[in-house]
Amino acid sequence: MSSSEKSPSPGLKPFTAMVRREFAGYFRTPLAYVFLAVFNAFAVSLAFFVGGLYESGIASLDRFFLYHPWLWAFLAPAAGARLWAEERRQGTIELLLTWPITVWQAALGKFLAAWLFLACALLMTVPVALTVGWLGDPDWGVIIAGYTGSLLCAGACLGIAAIASALTRSQVIAFVTGFLACFILVLVGYGVFDELLAGLIGSAGVDEIRRLGLWRNLEPFTLGLVDVRPIAYFLSVAFAGLGLSTIIVERR
Amino acid sequence: MPLIEAKNLSKSYGAIRAVHAVSFTVDRGEVVGFLGPNGAGKSTTMKMLTGHLRADEGVAVIAGFDVADQAVQAKQHLGYSPEGAPAYGEMTVREFLRFAADLRGLTDPAESVRKTLELCRLNEVAAQTIDTLSKGYRMRVGFAQAVIHDPEVLILDEPTDGLDPNQKFEVRRILKEMAARKAVIVSTHILEEVGELCTRVIVIAKGEVRCDESRDKFLARGTDLNAVFRQLTA
Repeated sequence: MSSSEKSPSPGLKPFTAMVRREFAGYFRTPLAYVFLAVFNAFAVSLAFFVGGLYESGIASLDRFFLYHPWLWAFLAPAAGARLWAEERRQGTIELLLTWPITVWQAALGKFLAAWLFLACALLMTVPVALTVGWLGDPDWGVIIAGYTGSLLCAGACLGIAAIASALTRSQVIAFVTGFLACFILVLVGYGVFDELLAGLIGSAGVDEIRRLGLWRNLEPFTLGLVDVRPIAYFLSVAFAGLGLSTIIVERR
Repeated sequence: MPLIEAKNLSKSYGAIRAVHAVSFTVDRGEVVGFLGPNGAGKSTTMKMLTGHLRADEGVAVIAGFDVADQAVQAKQHLGYSPEGAPAYGEMTVREFLRFAADLRGLTDPAESVRKTLELCRLNEVAAQTIDTLSKGYRMRVGFAQAVIHDPEVLILDEPTDGLDPNQKFEVRRILKEMAARKAVIVSTHILEEVGELCTRVIVIAKGEVRCDESRDKFLARGTDLNAVFRQLTA
């Protein structure tokens, strides 16, 4: 029979096991490689062909980061759809919730693993930065700030995706609802709803609402401005999403 | 101290009363056969005992720990295999058991996995992904994750469902081997299992306990167990 000894305090071991499994889980299916390829293809082609990164003749990546809210709005829900929906579909949620790990530990482990996976996707675009560095003389501090902002933006989209995933057992539904919610946050920043909102809440509130847009908060990073407000914004959306999804799973 | 205690457990799904005021205790060395028709409330009761479902009323206690208030401690003493033995299909058997061992914080996870693979006769499929396994093996994997930490309390929801006679025999053999040191609840609707496996029988129907007695007393109710079952659950 197996060892009945349990370490008196398992400490972080169950949590790290959780992160490891979830992260490795992405690479067990071909989907992860498709995801990484799609992200890269779009990130690079949007920057060069739509944003005119090369033609601009400026050694900066702001035209590259300009499209990141769109990319994350689409791809963070794609990566986050499996977080809870897959557990429900397979029935493994019943195992997970009867193993000696709290829902919060499980949720945080899943979230960090997914964020790490998105970070890998982002890291694969470093050649774009190197190209700019080869062609010109960019401000590397600004580029690093841009990458930091993009990663935070990914976390915010993932928080929204986590809520969508906690609500359903279908990954497709989780993806579509997550994408729509993120999409609205992208559009808000561009003022698409300005007239509609002005009618509803008056023009004074419109600018406040526009501050909630993803690009509004990412833009300062791409200019090299690392400010507290956008950091707080991205982290609050990420952790609110994480918290809410956990409560949904707990209360099911 | 009983290892499993259900005190007045009740659960409703909307207007439907799934389980109503179910109480019983299970001591070490007992194997309780949990019988009842489909939809009687067996799985719901088990889910409340394991802490997967929150009871509307009542308390579930595992090895002295309240599953609602001291969830992590209670779960450390608990092995549970849900109905249909769900598992992460994309993992290999070995990876899955290793994950279960790590998540439980076992001191020597590699050794626990080795012993469990041997106990459940899973060595020959250890490197296969769970999705590719036959039903018999899948059920055994579900069983294996439930016993990997040698828990004092074992709760198995239809562990022999859909198995062929040889596989059923195998699961019962493993259960008997370890039963003396544990408190076990096994749900089933196969009445023959009662005589071979259980020391005690609890019959549940329409969310209520209809009978809770020793195996011998239950078997003495009549030679036709199906008739006894029909009468008790009517």
